[in-house]
Amino acid sequence: MCLAIPGKLIEISENPEGVRMGKANFGGIVKQVCLEYTPEVNTGDYVLVHVGFALSKVDEDVAARTYALLEEMKQLDELQEGEMGVEIPAQTLEERNGAP
Amino acid sequence: MTTNAPDVDGSVLMGSCPLPRSNYKEIVLAHGSGGKLSQELIQKIVLPQFRNDLLEPLHDGALFSVGDARLAFSTDSYVVSPIFFPGGDIGKLAVHGTVNDLAMCGARPLHLSVGFILEEGLPMDDFQRVVRSMREAADAARVTLVTGDTKVVDRGKADKIFINTSGIGVVPKGVNIDPKRVKPGDKIILSGAIAVHGIAIMSVREGLEFETEIASDSAPLNGLVEAILATKADVHVLRDPTRGGITSALSEITQTAGTGMVLEEARIPIDEEVKGACEILGLDPLYVANEGKLLAIVPADAADAVLAAMRAHPLGRDAAIIGEVTADHAGFVLMKTRIGGTRVVDMLSGEQLPRIC
Amino acid sequence: MKYLDEYRDEALAQKVVAEIRRIVTRPWVLMEVCGGQTHTIVKYGIDHLLPDEVELVHGPGCPVCVTSLEMIDKAHAIAQRPDVIFCSFGDMLRVPGSEADLLVLKSRGADVRVVYSPLDCLKIARTNPGKKVVFFAIGFETTAPSNAMSVWQAHKQGIKNFSVLVSHVLVPPAMESILASPLNRVQGFLGPGHVCTVVGYEEYEPLAARFHVPIVVTGFEPLDLLEGVLMTIRQLEAGTYEVQNQYPRVVKREGNRVARDLVNKVFEVCDRKWRGVGSIPKSGYKLRDEFRDHDAERLFEVKEIDTQESSICMSGLVLQGVKKPHDCPAFGTLCTPLHPLGATMVSAEGACAAYYAYGRHLQCEKKELAPV
Repeated sequence: MCLAIPGKLIEISENPEGVRMGKANFGGIVKQVCLEYTPEVNTGDYVLVHVGFALSKVDEDVAARTYALLEEMKQLDELQEGEMGVEIPAQTLEERNGAP
Repeated sequence: MTTNAPDVDGSVLMGSCPLPRSNYKEIVLAHGSGGKLSQELIQKIVLPQFRNDLLEPLHDGALFSVGDARLAFSTDSYVVSPIFFPGGDIGKLAVHGTVNDLAMCGARPLHLSVGFILEEGLPMDDFQRVVRSMREAADAARVTLVTGDTKVVDRGKADKIFINTSGIGVVPKGVNIDPKRVKPGDKIILSGAIAVHGIAIMSVREGLEFETEIASDSAPLNGLVEAILATKADVHVLRDPTRGGITSALSEITQTAGTGMVLEEARIPIDEEVKGACEILGLDPLYVANEGKLLAIVPADAADAVLAAMRAHPLGRDAAIIGEVTADHAGFVLMKTRIGGTRVVDMLSGEQLPRIC
Repeated sequence: MKYLDEYRDEALAQKVVAEIRRIVTRPWVLMEVCGGQTHTIVKYGIDHLLPDEVELVHGPGCPVCVTSLEMIDKAHAIAQRPDVIFCSFGDMLRVPGSEADLLVLKSRGADVRVVYSPLDCLKIARTNPGKKVVFFAIGFETTAPSNAMSVWQAHKQGIKNFSVLVSHVLVPPAMESILASPLNRVQGFLGPGHVCTVVGYEEYEPLAARFHVPIVVTGFEPLDLLEGVLMTIRQLEAGTYEVQNQYPRVVKREGNRVARDLVNKVFEVCDRKWRGVGSIPKSGYKLRDEFRDHDAERLFEVKEIDTQESSICMSGLVLQGVKKPHDCPAFGTLCTPLHPLGATMVSAEGACAAYYAYGRHLQCEKKELAPV
């Protein structure tokens, strides 16, 4: 459930009724989004959009960090000789939950 | 083969009602979307009345001989709304549609007929614009419009304009397009990026507008087909994947051929914006309509030559081999997904709708 | 597309799968809560990639599937009125009620329109002052802020001809109902990532503690789901039962406060009947009294509707993860997306529909689809 897609905010405005709106770019497609629930976002930020509403700002630092942790995972066949049996440390709860 | 629901009124079995209908009492929109319901309609209602050898293959056109000549004959109707959309209009689509159906038989399209059904109140300028567009499309496709008919119905009885085109073409000697000729080992080649037309149409529908314009890829494919046939490759099938997307086309072929197919998701070309639109609306591009694209199924040893010929043609620049025909999983199209998993690619029941889930 | 494509990377996916294989020592049953997660799993063949010890069962996170038959019939009754423009997300258009679905009603002349955003309905209401515009407001907590905004704006702007038919459902009561059931087999949860962008995951902590189940808030792309499985298996193997966040790029523990505030202004919690499961207390939203002028249930008097579900449908058991779609004798035979018998086949996100769409009625065991 809950199809929500990340898009890059390229414009912020207010519609005639005073609702904070914006335009987000999804891989080249630009669509109007309502920004009332993400008052903190600026153009250039990525937002997660569900049924035309931005629900959350994508935290790019956290994304980069957690992705890097995935990339650092070694597969068994990549382990060098002598490193067999090295435990992949599970992250601390805080690290994994995205704390800086 | 695919399990079909028994033709039974379920309430008899379950002793209670109400139940969803096993047999539709009315035509619904899904009957026209090129998927399972469309197939069901033809199989249950049309075919029983008209069984004959020429109709049997249910290919894009019928092939028959008159004297020495092998002819192809095809028809197509257009009811698209809106009638003008980015990249085209209903007239252009109607000309390309029949030209392409003939080309998919391996034929050189010669002549078209047109039938117009016009709604009372249609602005004369709009009709003029459509007809002019048809003229341009016919010229570009090198076909002539040789006969036609026009009817007008009361306001509200047709959505502005409906167009039927039919066409005749000549199949050159040595060309033998037939889904039954598809063999395990054949390669499946797609001429370019998928889902463009369907998204172009959807993007101008009320409630789904984008700020970005995506233009339909409607185009006449007879030139591209000539380039393919010029390689002298023994082409087994040509098919333009219109309604229902590449899945419907490939599913139909695989069922007729009695073989299986395996596609590779990572090899299927798609433009970034079309992909973005599909993501936002929750649509699977494999099921979205295409217009100026074709699938070619050719023996493995001919694949490279055909691919090169396609890429040298303006309409085939992004052509790619997207899969191959297998002996396993007869009747089913499988796909190796982007992350290395597998899934079956089945035909949809009706039209894909945007979703929020 | 940024923040999508990189989570579909094959090499990384295979790495995570290999790591899951390495650490798992015995069978575990995991449930992904959201229909959208089920969709990704089946679409990418993720469950086939996982080792046999890891069994994924599918949860009730499909608001379309769990909308009660009575509510659907109410929607249809309203849609058929000549003075109504009935607006809905695409998902609901083909869900059959007792007699027809919205698409069939449209073919008979009802003014039924698909919308992408609830705000689009306000435009329709403004440009059609002589009609009553009704919006079918379904969804989990993810969609509640958007639906709430449409009511709030209608109220503020004095758009009198707009109302909503509310059928919201909430995740934690459903999870609790599953965990408390004597039939429960679920040992760990992949939590609903997008629900949690709105509500956060504080309310999952008591559930984890009480039932001793790890809950990992998980995203929707293949790599998210695989990582979510990995994190859950790690906890299960270690015997811990914490709430973790696999999706921190968009989920914070406290969620989106602004969104929740408006939701609480417009909606209040109520009991709700879940199709296939039954009534779950305090598991839904309804409009607050102040907004009664926009409450379609109050505005349109619909006779008490007597509904009947198929007696052979086992959606309830599928929704609770007790049975799989192919355990049902009707799956793929009497019950298909063309002729759905119940909740989990009616929506594209339902487990049965997802299985069918990806060919699972064609094979019953994993081994039939060996990786190509």
